[in-house]
Amino acid sequence: MTAKMIRWAAAAFAAGIALTSSIAVAQEAAVEYPLLKPTRQEWSFAGIFGHYDQAQLQRGYQVYKEVCSACHSMKLVKFRNLADEGGPGFTEDAVKVLASTYSIQDGPNDAGEMFERPRLPSDAFPSPFANDNAARAANGGALPPDMSLLAKARAVHRGFPWFVFDMFWPYQEQGPDYIVSLLTGYQDPPEGVTVPEGTYYNPHFINGISLRMPPPLDNDVVQYSDGTPQTKEQYAKDVSAFLMWAAEPHLDARKALGFKVMLFLIVFAGILYFVKRQVWRDVAH
Amino acid sequence: MSGHSTYVPKTALGKWFEARLPVVRLLHDTAVSYPTPRNLNALWTFGGILAMMLVVQIVTGIVLAMHYAADSTVAFRSVESIMRDVNWGWLIRYLHANGASMFFIAVYVHIFRGLYYGSYKPPREILWILGVIIYLLMMAAAFMGYVLPWGQMSFWGATVITNFFTALPIVGQPIQTLLIGGFSVDNATLNRFFSLHYLLPFLIAGVVVLHVWALHVVGQNNPLGIDVKSDKDTVPFTPYATSKDLMWIVLFMIFYGWFVFYQPNFLGHPDNYIEANPLATPAHIVPEWYFLPFYAILRAIDFNLGPIDSKLGGVLAMFGAIAVLAFLPWLDTSKVRSGRFRPIFKVAFWLFGLNALFLGFLGSVKTDDIIMGFQAVVWAKLSTLYYFLYFLVILPVLGYIEKPKPLPVSINDAILAKSAPSSVH
Repeated sequence: MTAKMIRWAAAAFAAGIALTSSIAVAQEAAVEYPLLKPTRQEWSFAGIFGHYDQAQLQRGYQVYKEVCSACHSMKLVKFRNLADEGGPGFTEDAVKVLASTYSIQDGPNDAGEMFERPRLPSDAFPSPFANDNAARAANGGALPPDMSLLAKARAVHRGFPWFVFDMFWPYQEQGPDYIVSLLTGYQDPPEGVTVPEGTYYNPHFINGISLRMPPPLDNDVVQYSDGTPQTKEQYAKDVSAFLMWAAEPHLDARKALGFKVMLFLIVFAGILYFVKRQVWRDVAH
Repeated sequence: MSGHSTYVPKTALGKWFEARLPVVRLLHDTAVSYPTPRNLNALWTFGGILAMMLVVQIVTGIVLAMHYAADSTVAFRSVESIMRDVNWGWLIRYLHANGASMFFIAVYVHIFRGLYYGSYKPPREILWILGVIIYLLMMAAAFMGYVLPWGQMSFWGATVITNFFTALPIVGQPIQTLLIGGFSVDNATLNRFFSLHYLLPFLIAGVVVLHVWALHVVGQNNPLGIDVKSDKDTVPFTPYATSKDLMWIVLFMIFYGWFVFYQPNFLGHPDNYIEANPLATPAHIVPEWYFLPFYAILRAIDFNLGPIDSKLGGVLAMFGAIAVLAFLPWLDTSKVRSGRFRPIFKVAFWLFGLNALFLGFLGSVKTDDIIMGFQAVVWAKLSTLYYFLYFLVILPVLGYIEKPKPLPVSINDAILAKSAPSSVH
């Protein structure tokens, strides 16, 4: 009877498919952005024992400061963070000097007036524009996104079935991979494709075929002092690592603590296994 | 609570308490002497795992609430300051955010265990319905919690889900306005969701007490699905169940820790790291993973049915998919509890499980995506159909036409029969 029922169910299922597919309009699925998935990179902070490369974060900060910060704010990061453990490793004095090169409006003072003063380590990075509208006005209507969380906000979905594997072989670096791919992915549009005026074709862009940001990096635009190659690719990688740190400043602490906690839990589970076996030794179950 | 209490107060303090408030007796009867079937498998430890998760969520949540500000202008920043500036804030927030997912993973295992072993059948109907109520409260708590960080998915998820209520005729619009405190999701919404998000876990804890009470009145089901016949079928809860529960709780914590420490954002949506913006709709609004099967059912109804338009139809189907669980004790007509002895049920059950996973997948893609040659919405219709067929047709009918395998006389007999061949030498 089971076999008969299964055959009956299969027939009903096939009929259902035939019926519903006749209703379904055979149309192309909507275009999915980005056109090209990010290219996977090697990162020092990937994997269970991953941690940030201090020299890379310093170079990345340099690229951010000299190139990106002309248009992009980073409102959630404070100068003092540059000296935090697991970060770019600036000295406290260096942070003080660096912060004081920027000014900020404070007040009101005793006379009730607002005044400018040098920034302190406890102040956030300065924003390039007074407000979002000013930023839009200066960038052809497009708002350069704040970069504080960009490396986590631009994690491009890999889709089925990859996310199943990613669960057990962790891959949490989609964000920085995306940023590297975007920064190095500018190219001429293919034959027959026209992009809106004032935008630049980039198949790695998450939200369309082109974006308003002109290619920001080129070879030798930033002077490195440690002999690292001054290529577009190297800049892209360094600044992406820096942005990952900006978005997830406690990653080093998280992975280091994780290892201790996991080790403890595994040993504890082992002990509990023997406890359980001992308790149940005389009870058939 | 069921049967005769074996607690005997030994100390003077114990006797003093016993005469005034026998709370120690209650705890002893609940967690020490309570007879538990000796053939329970690891799936029966998920009740304990869920209790642990509820405590973790409440404790981490209370700490988060000390640092969080429920105001739409600063909520996003306050969550980021927890992540950056609060000591161990990143750990507590990742524990809480991933804890919600772990809670749902555990509850789904718990529910499917009940479905397979027929734990909803007499005399456990009330126990089961209390479980469905807890599940509903969990969904409400999780949904409101997801709104609090005030990211893009928080905002747009809240907009989409509260919009469901407008599908109801006449009362729909006022209900939605009351729920979100205005005509669109805004600061008023955030404030009331925060208030309710803090309230619901304590309601859950209250219903959990009733759930455990009901469990202790009727006793646990077991993999054989037959009633406990004598003392030979059971062992005391402590140390037998406690030692086993503890081991599985720690194993579950390893799984939990894997996400918290190595992929804390795997189960979340990247768009929630963008602050809520009422003027920019995300390309693809998706709920949290644990709602995806119901989201797929909602979107499967894209056609009008007489006076019921597709929107109301979708909402009814979605709520119906949860409500049908409450009627399960009366929909399943088979007298045999455990799926082990039901050959046809077994096939239907595993298909149901696969179908539920497939619905979850369908909830995560766009309705016009092509899956195996057909639009996702076509598959969603078939899957939704099977979801309801299982409860409304297959389970009621199977009880009459299926011939179950013979049941063992008692749990003890079944265990002896199992261990007999290996002891013959």
